[in-house]
Amino acid sequence: MQSESLFTPDSSWLAEIETSSGVKVSACYQCKKCSSGCPVTFSMDYLPNQILHMIQMGLKDEVLKSGTIWVCASCETCTTRCPNDIDIARTMDVLRRASLESGLVTGEKKVPVFHEAFLSSIKSKGRVYELGMIGQYTLKSGDVITKLKSGSLMEEVKLGWQMFKKGKLKLFPQKIKRAGEIKRLFKKFARGEGE
Amino acid sequence: MKVSYYPGCSLHGTALEYDESTRVVCHMLGIELQELSDWNCCGASSAHSTNEALSVALPARNLAIAEKVGLDLVVPCAACFQRLKVAEKHVKEKTEPAIDTPYQGNVPIKHLLDFLCEEEVLKVVKQKVKTPLKGLKTVCYYGCLTVRPPRVIDAVNCEDPQAMDELLTLLGAENHPWSYKTDCCGGGLILSRTDIVVRLSGKLLQMAKEAGADCIVTACPLCQANLDTRQAEISKTLGKNTRIPIFYFTELLGLALGSGEAGQWVKRHIVDPRNLLKAHNLL
Repeated sequence: MQSESLFTPDSSWLAEIETSSGVKVSACYQCKKCSSGCPVTFSMDYLPNQILHMIQMGLKDEVLKSGTIWVCASCETCTTRCPNDIDIARTMDVLRRASLESGLVTGEKKVPVFHEAFLSSIKSKGRVYELGMIGQYTLKSGDVITKLKSGSLMEEVKLGWQMFKKGKLKLFPQKIKRAGEIKRLFKKFARGEGE
Repeated sequence: MKVSYYPGCSLHGTALEYDESTRVVCHMLGIELQELSDWNCCGASSAHSTNEALSVALPARNLAIAEKVGLDLVVPCAACFQRLKVAEKHVKEKTEPAIDTPYQGNVPIKHLLDFLCEEEVLKVVKQKVKTPLKGLKTVCYYGCLTVRPPRVIDAVNCEDPQAMDELLTLLGAENHPWSYKTDCCGGGLILSRTDIVVRLSGKLLQMAKEAGADCIVTACPLCQANLDTRQAEISKTLGKNTRIPIFYFTELLGLALGSGEAGQWVKRHIVDPRNLLKAHNLL
């Protein structure tokens, strides 16, 4: 049994991450200042300092499957305060992208679905069409079912209606004139290429 | 004075009153805003979380347009502002991946708050204040992306910014100190992890009240939306009344300058601030 809990640290993934991102993850000496200032640790499975340690140890699958990398709100407090100038928020971005590319399933499925809905709105119009984006997200994330069951869907609809009446939600999208340029950018930088 | 203006998607939608008040205030201060022609979305968190090249290429297209115009670029949304600054640094420092843009890195990019708090603008503000915000108890909320990360934003005092506090004091408000001015509201997690936003924003609402404020002043459309639209849910979750109006700083600036349109802006809020303003004879 004991041998199962032992593993050999592997620094090849650490080197890969440092080369591709320019972030010196190996400089982390576990002072935990990032986790102390992080506002969302209460919803994380691993703390930010633990994620850095796991990268150093080569625990790739565990990191890329973690919920932490998706609930990070990109508030940049960790990056601002790291005494070793490690850009931790950027590291979270790098990990999110690697997670999507790896195809590993994360427990935090809704956040990437939101990003997809947001980007697909920009791709076709050049700007975010809030109502369309919310619709796509709600359907694809399964929120429509969970919120129907919990009864909170009605609350959301009421809030949406209130915002609509106050002029805050537009019925129709705005499309920019040269939307083709945006489509070309999406094509040129399709994920996995140019990264 | 004439500047380029990049409103960003929110100011054409959920933050319409931020756009309306910004335009009126600038007009009253003799600043001409020239909206960037055919601007596109900056990509926000969704682009930088999933695709680095795209997260730079989208704002860089706007910067290329602004560079052609040749004026300083003023940005009211904190998230757009930060993404434009990231793209600026990325292009200037020739960071990989290269994105092949005509943009050279020669556009001064300014957040609206910093721009309106520049010395020469403040001088005009001081001369033109008609209705001091007497008796209004404010706390200033800067959020994350007007100040962080300082290396990218070029922020001078990222842990304890002062610009908005000084402006509100100049406008005659009873501005209160508090320790939460740069804490996170939950930002773009509003749809996918509403529970996180409810918890973070709930804390901010509570702490503002504890600091003695009767309203919170913001400079970001995401912060304002998160703090304003979820108060019913937050009060229910916390089991206590957290109701407190959330202003854009431009609305209070407009009010102080004597704009008759302030009532039209603030009535768009979910938590209606009009009774508070009336109680202080400001509306």
